[in-house]
Amino acid sequence: MTASSTSTSTSTEPPTSTAPVLIPVETEPFPGAHGTDPLPDDRPVAVSVQGVYKVFGRRPQEAVRRLKDGAGRADVKSLGTAAVIDASFDVKQGEIFVVMGLSGSGKSTLIRMLNGLWKPTAGHVLLGDDDLATVNAKQLRALRRSRVSMVFQHFALLPHRTVLDNAAYPLEIQGMGKAERREKAQQALDLVGLGGWQDSLPSQLSGGMRQRVGLARALAADTDVLLMDEAFSALDPLIRREMQEQLLDLQQTLGKTIIFITHDLNEAMHLGDRIAVMRDGRTVQIGTAEEILSDPANDYVAQFVADVDRTRVLTAASVMVRPTAVVPLGGGPRVASRTMREAQVSAAYVVDRQRVLRGVVRDADAVALLKSSGDHATSIESIVHDGVAPVSVDTPLAELFAPAAESPLPVAVTDDKNRLVGVIPRVTLLEAMVPPTLEEPDAVGQDTTEDAPAPQDTTSTEGADA
Amino acid sequence: MSATDTFVPRLPLGDWVAVFVEWLTATFKPFFAVVKDVLLGCYDALAAVLQGPPFLVVALVLAALAFFAKGWRLGVTALVGFVVIASVDQWDNAMDTLALVLVASAIALLIGIPLGIWAARNDTVSRVLRPVLDFMQTMPAFVYLIPTVIIFLTGAVPGIVATVVFALAPGVRFTELGIRQVDREVVEAGHAFGSTPGRILRQIQLPLAMPTIMAGVNQVIMLSLSMVVISGMVGAAGLGRDVVAALQRVNISLGFEAGLSVVILAIFLDRVTSALSTRSPVAKALAATAV
Repeated sequence: MTASSTSTSTSTEPPTSTAPVLIPVETEPFPGAHGTDPLPDDRPVAVSVQGVYKVFGRRPQEAVRRLKDGAGRADVKSLGTAAVIDASFDVKQGEIFVVMGLSGSGKSTLIRMLNGLWKPTAGHVLLGDDDLATVNAKQLRALRRSRVSMVFQHFALLPHRTVLDNAAYPLEIQGMGKAERREKAQQALDLVGLGGWQDSLPSQLSGGMRQRVGLARALAADTDVLLMDEAFSALDPLIRREMQEQLLDLQQTLGKTIIFITHDLNEAMHLGDRIAVMRDGRTVQIGTAEEILSDPANDYVAQFVADVDRTRVLTAASVMVRPTAVVPLGGGPRVASRTMREAQVSAAYVVDRQRVLRGVVRDADAVALLKSSGDHATSIESIVHDGVAPVSVDTPLAELFAPAAESPLPVAVTDDKNRLVGVIPRVTLLEAMVPPTLEEPDAVGQDTTEDAPAPQDTTSTEGADA
Repeated sequence: MSATDTFVPRLPLGDWVAVFVEWLTATFKPFFAVVKDVLLGCYDALAAVLQGPPFLVVALVLAALAFFAKGWRLGVTALVGFVVIASVDQWDNAMDTLALVLVASAIALLIGIPLGIWAARNDTVSRVLRPVLDFMQTMPAFVYLIPTVIIFLTGAVPGIVATVVFALAPGVRFTELGIRQVDREVVEAGHAFGSTPGRILRQIQLPLAMPTIMAGVNQVIMLSLSMVVISGMVGAAGLGRDVVAALQRVNISLGFEAGLSVVILAIFLDRVTSALSTRSPVAKALAATAV
């Protein structure tokens, strides 16, 4: 009990706090990108892009040589158009990697080098162990059949074939028999919600449905890697949103490696486990949505993200702060009332030894219990209200406003084991809406990622102490 | 004129071509003999098919073709037209002409479509072919008759050969255009799923280019018809010979009757082939509207 009481007593009101490292500054979000469900780093690399250049024009090699010597895109204009300059990144298996940039930034060229539609002028594109820069045409076709499929911006369906035969096209190329490939194609169509449309022609479908056929076709190919070139850009916003959700659902169940190209930052932030921002052929930043949002690499990215709907990208985890008033379930009313007094609050969250959130205790109840039973009361269990509606760590901010408005306490944030990992005071929520200013981009981003410990670690340490 | 004589030396370009044609004739004599036999064989066989059965049978079959291609209206119109041709006593000539047109068009397409495919896939070929096709199309049609007469003498064969040369261009051009117009993304999709170039051509490019290629086929047939009439000058049988004869004898009535038959035949061929181009799977698929 002593351990937990010390832990609660050290958690004083942040603005007046002089306490050491354990207590973060109030405005600081908890560090770590666990809200976006980061991938374990031990997953194998599915696609590796290493120092890739693509120059179109008369003297591409010369242009690459000068670019490597530090020339800019404009400097080599006479030699050719540098579409992609020194791109390097690894995409892990099961990851959604988004390449984001405006038109002309080279993202379409980049994605076309990932399945060999374009050959890199320099550098390597590794698909598993195969280097697309060195394979011959026949090997390349074999790789495309078995390893990587693609969804196109304008769907690229065969207009004279039925939906079913379109979806079966990759299997036909793979040499599968008619009955078998139709069955598989039908399964893919069912998966994207187009069961029953198999005998229609593409021209009879709406744009969203046509892209579902495109998606079904890519899924029917049953490749590990899925390239999506502005796949939802030609769709209207509502359908686009719907398709994004469907893609995320499918990715959950199928676990494909998806490389997604888009010019829409909101889409990139919504879909991407990681995002590469491209500008004028160069990748200017690679990171999670939250990293890019809270710590833009340069003014260009900062301006870009200024318009983003932050409430949909930032999650509870990224803005939550350490709870200041937490009472252990096993603690008596005296512990509870002292905690609330020190934190200057009228109610506190109650957790058990595993930090699992059990409810709320109010100051009046604690005092009443203290009066009625004196020091004999060793547990506050009888006065805990369980009417708490916690939110999970990956809840987007957009969905936090209602709970924040209704709750008298800062909104409780729990992890998947229902442990209390943080709280979100209303003022923090409002502050998160303000984009980081260009003058002090590091003030919010870097401090949090480097200095403050991860919240889970802290709580588990405290639990161990108790 | 004399002024140019003094300043610009006379270039015997025509003589060179004449020498070249003579050399060609002498060198490839066996080859030309084979070509002549084959063409004549095709033409005779087709003419026999068209002229063998009684008029009404052939006319009904052709009208039925028009009916299936477009509809009853065109079928009836065609039948009426054929009756008019027969009533001015030009039926046999019209069938000769039709046979010539069909043989020449078929050969022009057999050469032109592969050339067009090649040009669509290779920019160099395209660049070389373009001026050659321009030359072939703009050279006055009569001029082709001269070397062909030297090589094949008179009759149907020089007419067919001259017609093929004259009508080749649109077949090549429309094929190239059609294939180049195919949505780049759809072709990319073929590549992206690992299809071979030949398969992409067969399954994607040709089907999607088919409406444009069919427009080319229509043009080839119409150009063939106009040239076949001109080849009446070298003794090719058919409506052309009567037109030429009418011109030489200043015979208005014969000229009008033969000319009108050409017009009816032209309308028939144009409407049927253009109807066929809207019946390709792609054209039908694109015409299908959202449910």
